[in-house]
Amino acid sequence: MSNTLHRFAPIQRLLHWLMAACIIAMLFIGVGMVSTVAPAYLPLILIHKTLGVTLLALVVIRLALRLHYGAPPLPADLPPAIKLGARLSHLALYGFMIAMPLLGITMLWAAAYPVVLYGGIQIPALLPQSDRAHTLLWNAHFYLGFAFFALVLLHVAAALFHALIRRDGVFGSIALFPLRNTTTPAE
Amino acid sequence: MNQSGNLPRSGLGSLVLIAAVLGGAAAAFAYTAGWLSPGRLTPERMIVALTPPSGAPLGHRRNHAKGICFTGIFEANGNGVELSKARVFERGAYPALGRFNLGTADPNAVDATVRVRGLGLQIAAADGDEWRMALINPPVFAVSTPQAFHDLLIASGKKDPEAMKIFIQSNPEFAAFATWARTAPWTASYAEEPYHGLNSFIFTDAKGGERAVRWSLLPTAQIVPISQAELEKRGPDFLEQEIVERVRTAGPQRWTMVTTVADPGDPTADPSKPWPEGRRTVQVGTLVVQRIEQERDGPCRDINFDPTVLPKGIRVSDDPFPAARSSVYRKSYDLRAAEAGDYPRTEAARP
Repeated sequence: MSNTLHRFAPIQRLLHWLMAACIIAMLFIGVGMVSTVAPAYLPLILIHKTLGVTLLALVVIRLALRLHYGAPPLPADLPPAIKLGARLSHLALYGFMIAMPLLGITMLWAAAYPVVLYGGIQIPALLPQSDRAHTLLWNAHFYLGFAFFALVLLHVAAALFHALIRRDGVFGSIALFPLRNTTTPAE
Repeated sequence: MNQSGNLPRSGLGSLVLIAAVLGGAAAAFAYTAGWLSPGRLTPERMIVALTPPSGAPLGHRRNHAKGICFTGIFEANGNGVELSKARVFERGAYPALGRFNLGTADPNAVDATVRVRGLGLQIAAADGDEWRMALINPPVFAVSTPQAFHDLLIASGKKDPEAMKIFIQSNPEFAAFATWARTAPWTASYAEEPYHGLNSFIFTDAKGGERAVRWSLLPTAQIVPISQAELEKRGPDFLEQEIVERVRTAGPQRWTMVTTVADPGDPTADPSKPWPEGRRTVQVGTLVVQRIEQERDGPCRDINFDPTVLPKGIRVSDDPFPAARSSVYRKSYDLRAAEAGDYPRTEAARP
């Protein structure tokens, strides 16, 4: 008990917020680009592909940091059902962060589309074209995208619940800047 | 957990705040997805407009649905290097894969009933870059914008003859295409057609210099005009039979690729507007079609000839069509891949 963590390491907090912004952007770009034929379609899809591959690299780093630094414990007075929900939802968030870029890139491979990122970076295909694989991967990427967004909303709701109602230090453990547990704003 | 009756006063305000954040985020998401904008031109709406009254061509492309595959090479003569740094312009031979097709949403259409013929092409450069394009035989595109193309599909699908009149009144650019469709000679071969890119792209050379271009594939085969009625007599699938037979007996068929360079001020955003005569043209190479294969199990079936798949050295211009075509072709590909069972790769054994 001598060395109990109260906050995530600074690099973990930084990565959390950076990825949060990127993931929300990805979800919006995703639904936006597939519903337009406007010229913006092309830059949007280029950003979506580039950011997707970047996020895949970032989640690997993030998992390594998590294994190295661990996470602060949840408040002792949190009901067991809520604790279980918190654990499962975080597992699911990591699952989405890993699965979505992989589904996205394999779906492009299975359609024989060259994967070209911002700056002309090419990623060679590791799968042959396949109607069946493409359909499966495309459906998974598309529908899991909506599930991911729903889970992000749930995560935001839980974060605000901890921050505004319970005020139990959970939000402070991931906040980018130290929070004062008072009503006066930090200077 | 907090009992709902025991929330402190500030807790109630916080709950309202949380609900507002979630509701606002969900509404923004729905707006971005187009669910609140029924007027938005989506790829789905374009595909609905393309769908013939007889129903969607399951397993087939949603437009230019009837076609046949070819393979061959693109022989670059090296002249294109001064225009674009794309490796595919360096003197040499590059694998080519393509598809002759008819501009119809009906894969069983009678050849003589379809005015527009097309060619999809993919050229692979040595560095892994791919260049895909889809060209058609009219010298101008029918309309100026993707929205106008949607409107054309809707108007031409209506039984009411007034619908086309109203469309032409609000899209006068259609006249040039209509004149071509009415007066240009028909041919009895895919090999005798020119295929025009019509869309403007930007070529970037090794020094970073940029120029707007359009390109065409001009046939080297002799053009033999034929009447529409005469073509009809030759059978519903004559074009496919003819190109198979021609390549088998006469050998590879060739097209010269000609790029036309825009002068400053030429209309690059509107493929219905031809550039003035006398613009600089550069012959950059020859497409050699060496082998014809049926689409059903041929190599072109799996390729989406998305005109925004471009090598380094070529990029889109302010022409809005390549982006729109990319978006709609992608949807068409997603659909036909999911429906592949409706178009088996081996001819079904019918009793």
